[in-house]
Amino acid sequence: MAEQPVPDYPGSIPAELPAPQPPVGATPVAGAPPTPEPVAPVGARLDLPEAGEWKRVSPKYVMVEIVGTVVFLVIVCAAAGALWLLLDQVWAAWVGGLIALVILVSLAFEPRRVRSIGYQLRADDLLFRRGIMYQRFVSVPYGRMQLVDITRGPVARLLGLADLKFVTAAATSGVAIPGLAEADADALRDRLVELAESRRAGL
Amino acid sequence: MTSLADGDWHRLHPASPLLRGGIFVFALLGFVIANLRERVVDVVFGIPRESGDPLDEIYERGAVGWALLIAAAILIVILVAFTLSWRMHTFRVSEESVEVRSGILFRSHRQARLDRIQGVNIVRPLIPRLFGAAKLEVSVAGQDANVQLAYLGSALADGLRRDILQLASGARQPRPAEDTPMPYGPGQGAGDPGMLPDPTPADAQGGSLPATGGGRRQALNDYASARVGEFLAPELDPDAAPPESVVRIPLLRLIGSIVFSGFTIFVAVAIVALIVSVIVGGSEWLLIAIFPGLIASVGYYFSRFTKSLRYSIAGTRDGVRVGFGLLTTSNETLPPGRIHAIGVTQPVAWRPFGWWQISINKAGHSTNDGAAGAAATTVLPVGSLHDVEKVLELILPEFAIDEQRALIQRGLTSRGGDDGFHNAPRRAAWLRPFSWRRTGYAVSAGAVLLRRGVLSRELVLVPLARLQSVGINQGPVRRRLRLATARLHTVAGPVSATLGVIDAGEAVRLLEVVTAGAVASADSDTSHHWSRTALVGQGAAPAAPAEAAPVGPAGPATEVTT
Repeated sequence: MAEQPVPDYPGSIPAELPAPQPPVGATPVAGAPPTPEPVAPVGARLDLPEAGEWKRVSPKYVMVEIVGTVVFLVIVCAAAGALWLLLDQVWAAWVGGLIALVILVSLAFEPRRVRSIGYQLRADDLLFRRGIMYQRFVSVPYGRMQLVDITRGPVARLLGLADLKFVTAAATSGVAIPGLAEADADALRDRLVELAESRRAGL
Repeated sequence: MTSLADGDWHRLHPASPLLRGGIFVFALLGFVIANLRERVVDVVFGIPRESGDPLDEIYERGAVGWALLIAAAILIVILVAFTLSWRMHTFRVSEESVEVRSGILFRSHRQARLDRIQGVNIVRPLIPRLFGAAKLEVSVAGQDANVQLAYLGSALADGLRRDILQLASGARQPRPAEDTPMPYGPGQGAGDPGMLPDPTPADAQGGSLPATGGGRRQALNDYASARVGEFLAPELDPDAAPPESVVRIPLLRLIGSIVFSGFTIFVAVAIVALIVSVIVGGSEWLLIAIFPGLIASVGYYFSRFTKSLRYSIAGTRDGVRVGFGLLTTSNETLPPGRIHAIGVTQPVAWRPFGWWQISINKAGHSTNDGAAGAAATTVLPVGSLHDVEKVLELILPEFAIDEQRALIQRGLTSRGGDDGFHNAPRRAAWLRPFSWRRTGYAVSAGAVLLRRGVLSRELVLVPLARLQSVGINQGPVRRRLRLATARLHTVAGPVSATLGVIDAGEAVRLLEVVTAGAVASADSDTSHHWSRTALVGQGAAPAAPAEAAPVGPAGPATEVTT
């Protein structure tokens, strides 16, 4: 969904979009709280001003992402190379090279992207964020929990990491916190189950 | 309370295996007839046949004895299997759950908790309906998680549904006698236009043959008239549904809604293409490609029409009841708080007529097909603004007051502006050139309203107590415009509660407001035992606070297959 294998250029502005002409806030928003919202500058990222400290995932998770990306890169290169050298398809070399370039650029932003993953346990809900170019914030009340899933991939296991998935009745919730230290993941799972137990809501 | 919901094991209608296998029985019959076609023609019309059929073949080879033996063996095996399957298929309705045990070789035991019921559906397919049988389906959340009782006597099914809903509602004491069922009694529905007047009062209980006295002929007559009475009875059986809450669809409007649909445009294009190809000539392949599709479309229209006929939606004590169908009827009760999202839509072609359609997201899905051929998620196939208001009041009882009514009105027809909705700013016109004025949200009376679309208008209502989570997204384009996308996550269904453009600051506010509302609504929500809360509200119940659902490690439905 929000996760797309696109290279991230923090702060970049798509050039083809003309600047908005009308003044800011031309349409009066009825019933809106009269708080004088400081108008965010154009191109500012989404942020939750009232949110507290974001908990970050382990920096080691960058390795997992890099390994995954590199494996993909190798497969792409191998496929393109096979098409080029064995079947004499010259276009494959170009396409393969282009994809490889995009992947390599996106590799450079991997640490930044991992840093953007964050979560926090608030009083009644779990808040989750990820992405820099395509940002996504999700808030899930604890009572909506159906189950918590912990998975460990091969690379993550080597690094002592685990992925935690908070599953609700809605398939679109998609709250998956990757790259937690295994002990953290277990503790977080127990904490979430406990919180959900005390705020249970039926379906 | 019928004797079926007493906590003991009961069996289904004796003809159940035959009815369940109904289509196969007919297929078998068709196969036999097709093979013996010429013989049949010979017998009926006296036209002598020429070539041999399987019976001749058997006769010529002198294998009549063997053939009879094999036929008898097959018959006996089928009979034994049917009897066994009937004997092994039992169900039990207790205060806590509905259970079904079935299977001969592979036993299965399925149990659904009553406080997790998402809906109770009674389906009467044509053939079982002719025999006075009905299928009762208790749906709980999850894929293929329904408990099916197929088949029961028609009146028994109605009674059992009432009992199940009553038990599930948490009302411990039996309800007052006023709502004892009067199976297909006259009076109800007599004032409804288009209904056949005065259906024969059916005394026979659920297909049991009154064989005593009066002789066989009399009994047969009674049986037949009971069947006819049941068949012609109004679709909405009289179960304490106040007539003023009933919404029906006039025949003309139904036809119009089907004619003025997107599918018609498709058919029209196909017909034009066909005519052009014939005039131009020389391209028979187009004829071959399109013509079968056109014939199939007639079938599609017919099935949509018959399935939406006799449509009714009514408010009962145990939730909203949606019924429809001419030949195969379906009649589902959705208890309060089982609807996760409501979408009110108006396709462009319906605008001149002011028609709307209402569909819902729900967690439990009946296996029976709904009015539009899709899963039964369409609550109102077509209705006027007034009908929409009535239906929304049934689904969301909190929306019965004027303030909310006005909000819905504006949500449906307003062109935007300062009308109680938090609308998208003008710069959203880059992404939504026409509809940005109307794209907005409002929070009111425990529900979020999302409004969007200006040609095809749409209003989505999500009850906060059922909301699963909220998400806001922002890509580079929207970041440049200081916009965002907001999405309310609900269980899967035809309604998608998404707001394509919203001011970035407003999106953050929506996230906070809606989450807080969802938490608060869930805390005060007690719809899993809906009747109990009503009693608590009236102060009539002896201190029976709706306790949290005592849920074991098992989910809403458990199934054991051995």
